[in-house]
Amino acid sequence: MDFSLTEEQLMAQEMVRELAHDKIYPTLKEWDRKHQPHPDVLPLLAENGVLGINIPVRYGGQGFDYITLALVCEELERVDASLRVVMSVHAGLNSLALLQWGTEDQKQRFLVPQARGEKIAGYALTEAEAGSDPANLRSTARREGDIYILNGEKMWISLATLADHFIVFAKTDPHAQPRHKGITAFIITRDMKGVSTYDEKHKLGVRAGSTGGIVMQDVEVPVENRLGEEGEGFYIAMSCLDNGRYTVAAGATGCIRACLEDSVKYAKERYTFGVPIAHHQLIKQKIAYMQQWYDAAKLLVLRAGWLKNQGMRNTRETAVAKWFATEMSVKAALEAVQIHGAYGFSDEYDVERYLRNAKGAVIYEGSSEIQQLLQADYALGYRQDRPLRCEPVPYDPEYWQSEA
Amino acid sequence: MHVVVLTKMTPDTEATVTVNASGQVHWGDKLVINPWDEYAITEAVLIKGAHNVQVTVMTVGPEAQSEALKHGLAIGCDQAVRLWDSALEKHDSLAYATVVAAAIRKLGDVDLVLFGKEMADLATDQHIFQTARKLGWNMLGFVAKIEALDFAARTVRVRRLTDRGAEVVASRLPAVISVLKDINEPKYPTFIGIRKAAKAEVPVWGLADLGLSAAEVAPRAQVLGYRELPKREGSAEIIEGATAQEKAEKLVARLLEEKIL
Ligand SMILES: Cc1cc2nc3c(=O)[nH]c(=O)nc-3n(C[C@H](O)[C@H](O)[C@H](O)COP(=O)(O)OP(=O)(O)OC[C@H]3O[C@@H](n4cnc5c(N)ncnc54)[C@H](O)[C@@H]3O)c2cc1C
Repeated sequence: MDFSLTEEQLMAQEMVRELAHDKIYPTLKEWDRKHQPHPDVLPLLAENGVLGINIPVRYGGQGFDYITLALVCEELERVDASLRVVMSVHAGLNSLALLQWGTEDQKQRFLVPQARGEKIAGYALTEAEAGSDPANLRSTARREGDIYILNGEKMWISLATLADHFIVFAKTDPHAQPRHKGITAFIITRDMKGVSTYDEKHKLGVRAGSTGGIVMQDVEVPVENRLGEEGEGFYIAMSCLDNGRYTVAAGATGCIRACLEDSVKYAKERYTFGVPIAHHQLIKQKIAYMQQWYDAAKLLVLRAGWLKNQGMRNTRETAVAKWFATEMSVKAALEAVQIHGAYGFSDEYDVERYLRNAKGAVIYEGSSEIQQLLQADYALGYRQDRPLRCEPVPYDPEYWQSEA
Repeated sequence: MHVVVLTKMTPDTEATVTVNASGQVHWGDKLVINPWDEYAITEAVLIKGAHNVQVTVMTVGPEAQSEALKHGLAIGCDQAVRLWDSALEKHDSLAYATVVAAAIRKLGDVDLVLFGKEMADLATDQHIFQTARKLGWNMLGFVAKIEALDFAARTVRVRRLTDRGAEVVASRLPAVISVLKDINEPKYPTFIGIRKAAKAEVPVWGLADLGLSAAEVAPRAQVLGYRELPKREGSAEIIEGATAQEKAEKLVARLLEEKIL
């Protein structure tokens, strides 16, 4: 077993750490307070190639591996969850799905510009009555010759008003039994007639990020934009989550690290009873736990990343990493606020923002309750991975790094 | 045509530097690229973008110094060379200059050598001037802008910032330049650069490769030991008051009382 990171991975991590710290952090709070997406985030991630970090060079990406994707997500969320959310939807939920399920034509038309950062991508599964239970979705896709006509409304979609491309899920067979067999995936673009979007205002967290809705009114989507087969949409949606949850888990390790680092600093500066609060055993205990949570969460993430590099199914391992890392990020943020006392309760310090952000991650991409059901069902033998028509794409450095 | 840029790793500006009882210094746990060198490396890469030149990033030091070279490669330098020899263990600035000048001569077609303004750890820049002297080239220090650079005509014109004000100086090439932070905005590595850097095998040139003898680099100045700075005693007092006016009045009163004003 080899726990060491390569020089390449370490340098990529450091580069993203510095970019996020130097270019976004100084102005982040301003935008968080305004409940508005930070305008520099997408250009910065695009120009520096971060958006295509682990897409093969031949498809416009940088050709790094899945572990590097996790390191990048950790660094982004060390600054703010809104930066990592971009990677979750653009890279994790969308681009990697195109790599896994897309036709060569779809890869050329959508994946290449996304990996280059020329187009921004999102993922639209959730609806008003379909969150934890996506098979209940109501959007429809009716085939007419060479096109599908899409109708419906998606809610809680990250980058809804900023992305150019979306993978959306709609029912081609609303009466299918079981319900999930009627779902099909499509690639839609913002410029299609009948697509409109809006922003969700005043969220608890991820305030410097963008979340909103997509309305589809008789949107004509050519057959070439169908991702996978008819009725395969649910499986595609779930396989997207195997990558999305990975980025969320990795991001959560960044949030825990932020809590730990800020708490360590503050605990040494703040004095009560004549000594730094770091000398009080109850404060040490909190610090010790944060360290433990960080280490354990990171190991779970790295295991999932290793499986991904091998091209092995990792649904359970990724899910347990997501569940654990996000739950611990909420705990770490609560403790970080506690260590900061009243100052932690004010937005003068960053820890209250970590707490507001962390609370989102135990809801999206499979709430903690859903993650528990999933782990239990695997353990009880009620759930097994079935082979997919398109299995996860392993990381082969030679293939990923060569031009063609 | 060839541009050489020199760099090294220095302690993080936030590091706690400590000195032990026997006068040995510990520079902290984390080394970073000498902050001034980020500008020099960026300038070299910008020159490469504008002219058809090759850029070599160079350092003098043990293996740990390779990180600065890798950083240079990741930003866009074409190749890296590390200059090191056990005889250089306790080198002084003149030995540094001797080695660097020999390496530049070995490369052969060098027109321009770039340095960051100083080494942040030792707060010294004499090695730069000594290198220029060893090469016998013009030295253009404290450069805030390269206004014109013509490799064909072998001329350069720079804006220097000195204590006496700004100064525009023209020189023939080859020349040695030390740069200020005004000169550019440092570049960040690119992922492609990182991959190249990670794969690169950096050659090490020892004294034999440079045609130098141990006597030529024997240190004439030696650091015998370091000492901790005397601890600064002081306390902070926060002036309270309902309005800025009141606070200012109290502050002035206190300053008069302490005979500071
Ligand atoms: C900031 C943010 C960004 C988002 N981005 C996207 C995006 O880009 N794309 C997208 O498609 N969606 C996105 N979502 C939506 C998100 O994935 C859903 O909110 C999530 O799946 C939960 O669905 P819901 O909100 O409808 O809650 P519900 O499904 O209504 O659940 C309500 C509560 O009941 C619990 N619950 C549900 N079922 C069970 C059960 N069987 N047993 C026990 N408890 C249960 C849940 O855990 C939860 O606590 C985003 C959400 C947020 C907050």
